Amino acid sequence: MSITASNSSAVAAPTAEAAQSLPKARTGITGLDEVTFGGLPAGRPTLVCGGPGCGKTLLATTFLVNGVVMFNEPGVFVSFEESSDDLIQNVVSLGYDLGALVAQKKIAIDFVRVERSEIEESGEYDLEGLFVRLDYAIKSVGAKRVVLDTLEVLFAGLGDTQILRAEIRRLFAWLKQRNVTALITAEQGSGTLTRFGIEEYVSDCVLLLDNRVSEQITTRRLRVVKYRGSAHGTNEYPFLIDAQGVSVLPVTSAGLAHVASDVVISTGIPGLNQMLGAGGFYRGTSILVSGTAGTGKTSLAAHFIEAVCARGERCLYFAFEESPAQIVRNMRSIGLDLQPRVDAGLLRFEAARPSLFGLEMHLARMYREIEEFAPAAVVLDPISALRGETGDVHSMLLRVIDLLKSRGITAFLTNLLSVEGMDQADAGMSSLMDTWLSLVQLESNGERNRGVYVLKSRGMNHSNQIREYQLTSQGVKLVDAYLGSSGVLTGSARIAQEMVDAASAVRRAQDKERKQRDIHRKRAALERQIEELRAELESEEEEARKSLLHDEELEKRLQAEKRAMAIQRGGTAP
Amino acid sequence: MNQAMSAPMQESPLAGGHYNLRLYVAGQTPKSLTALANLKKICEEHLVGRYHIEVIDLLEHPQLAAGDQILAVPTLVRRLPEPLKRIIGNLSDMERVLVGLDLRPVTAP
Repeated sequence: MSITASNSSAVAAPTAEAAQSLPKARTGITGLDEVTFGGLPAGRPTLVCGGPGCGKTLLATTFLVNGVVMFNEPGVFVSFEESSDDLIQNVVSLGYDLGALVAQKKIAIDFVRVERSEIEESGEYDLEGLFVRLDYAIKSVGAKRVVLDTLEVLFAGLGDTQILRAEIRRLFAWLKQRNVTALITAEQGSGTLTRFGIEEYVSDCVLLLDNRVSEQITTRRLRVVKYRGSAHGTNEYPFLIDAQGVSVLPVTSAGLAHVASDVVISTGIPGLNQMLGAGGFYRGTSILVSGTAGTGKTSLAAHFIEAVCARGERCLYFAFEESPAQIVRNMRSIGLDLQPRVDAGLLRFEAARPSLFGLEMHLARMYREIEEFAPAAVVLDPISALRGETGDVHSMLLRVIDLLKSRGITAFLTNLLSVEGMDQADAGMSSLMDTWLSLVQLESNGERNRGVYVLKSRGMNHSNQIREYQLTSQGVKLVDAYLGSSGVLTGSARIAQEMVDAASAVRRAQDKERKQRDIHRKRAALERQIEELRAELESEEEEARKSLLHDEELEKRLQAEKRAMAIQRGGTAP
Repeated sequence: MNQAMSAPMQESPLAGGHYNLRLYVAGQTPKSLTALANLKKICEEHLVGRYHIEVIDLLEHPQLAAGDQILAVPTLVRRLPEPLKRIIGNLSDMERVLVGLDLRPVTAP
C-alpha cells in the first residue's frame, strides 16, 4: 500500500458516535489521544513507522509506561534492536524508571537477538519460538499492551522471507486474538510506509512519524495515516520529545466559537486603565504592545503580570530574549519585584531562544506548558524574535491566540519594531489583536520621551491621546497630557510650558489680590472722610445750640431788668 | 564406508571433543519430529559415541526460550564445543547442518 493510497482514507468531520463505536486504549500522550479521538484501537495492532531517529521507540515506550502508570495496564516490550539494559538507560532521560516497573512485574522486557551470522538455516521452520516467548511474557505480567520494536529486524536476520511474511501475518492475527493492544514499529522505506511492507498486515491503525529539517531547524511531526473504523485528525502534527516525555500538539485552529468575557482586568497602571474606556483589558482578549527598542514593553508586561498575580491568578511568561533572572533583576529597577510571585507559584517563566526549535516546536511547547500550568494570562516577549516565513509566524501566532482564547486566557504580546516604523509582520498581526498599545519615542528639542497611545481596543471607547509616560523607580507612571497650541508637549518642553503656565497663574492671582486691596483701601479712605464730616457737623450743631441757649438767657435777663425798672418808677406793675 | 567417512573428520581440528546438543521444539509437530529424526541420523553418522541430545519442548518450558535466544522452531543449539551455534529448520539440508556444526568446512555448497 502506498502512502498516497492510504491518504484517501482521510476521514471527514469527527462525530461523537464514531469516537465511541470502537474501544480505544488511551496512550496518555498529550495530544495523541486528541488526534486519534481517544487513543489507539484497543485489542488491535497499530503500526508506527518513520525514518531513523524519529522517536518510534520512545513513542512506543511512552505508550507502555503510561499504560502502567496511568491506566494500570501492564505491558510487554519485545525489543529486536536494543538490549533490556540499553532500553532502560535510554528512557531514563525522559523520566521513566523502566527498571523499577520491570522489578514490580508491571512491564516485561524481552530482548530478541537476531544475528544472521550465528544462525544456520536448514529446512523448514516457523517462528513459534517467538510466539512462545511473547506468550510467556504476556502471562508473566498479565499484559494488556505489547510493543514490538522493530519487527523488521527479522528480515535482516532470517533468509526465508516467505516463511517470515506468513509468520508475521500469523503473529498479528494471534495478537488480535489475545486481545492485546499492540504497537509495532517499522522503518520507513522509500516510497512505502515500511521497508518490508508490513503495513499490509497491520490494517487497523498506522501512524507516521517524520523528522524534517528546514533552515537548520528540526521539527518532528506525526500523522495518522489511517485508522480503520474511527475518525481521526488528518493533518501533520508537530510533536516533541524532551524531559517530560512525548507530546503531540493538535495545531488545528480552534475556530471562533470562544465566549467573550465582560470582565475587565487591570493593566497594572492606573493611568493606562483610564485611557482604555472600560478601565482595563477585557479578560481573555489578546493584547499587543509594540514599540521600538527601549520603549519599555517588558516593563508594561511586568505591570500587567503583577496585576494578574495580585489577583491570585497564575501567569505564564514565555521569554525569547532574556533569561528569567535577568527579567526579574531588571524589573526591580522600576520597583517591581516579581521573585515573590515566582516563589508563590503564581508566575512561571519559560525561556528559550527562538532558534532553539522551529516555530511548530515552540507552539507545541507552549501548548504543553499552558495545558499543564493552566494560567489566567500568558505573556509572549517578544513575538518579533520568532523567526520564520512571515506566513508561518502569522499562522503560528494565530493558533497560539486561538488556543488561548478558547481557554479564556488573556494574551499579552510584545513586539519589537525596527526604528523605521511598522514591520510587515505587525500589519498582519493587527487583525489578530483586540487591543493594540503603541509605544513611541517622541523626539524633540534634543531629547527623546516615551509616549503611549491606544491604537485600537475592540469593544471600548478608548482615549485618542498620546500620553507621555515615565519609567520611574516606582514603576511606569503616566504623566498628564499637555495639549498646547502646537500639539502635545513632552519632556522638558512640557515642563517648561508647565512652568510658564504656573508663572502666569501666579501673576493673575497677584493682580486679583492687588485690585481687591485697592478697593478695600479706597473704601476705608472714603469712610474715614465721611466720619470726619459727620464729626464736623456734630460740633457745629453743638456750637449753634450753645449760642441759642446764650441768647435765651440774655432775653430772660433783659425781661427781668425791664420789670425791675418799672417797679422802681411806678411802684406798681403795669 | 562409515568408517572411511568419519576417519578424516575426526582428524579435522574442527570436529574434536564431545558434542552437547539441544533441540528446541514446540509440541510434537511433523517439523519437530522430522528435525529430531534428521539430527539422530547425522549424529549416528558423524559423532558416534560423543554426542548428547536434549530435546526441549517450549510448550512445556516456555521460560527456557529467552535464555538461548530461541526465535524459530525447531532450533538446534550446539552448546559444546564452544562457540555456541544455532541451526534452525527441520535439518533436512544435511550439508548445511554439517557446516553449522563445524563438521564440514564452509566451502561446501
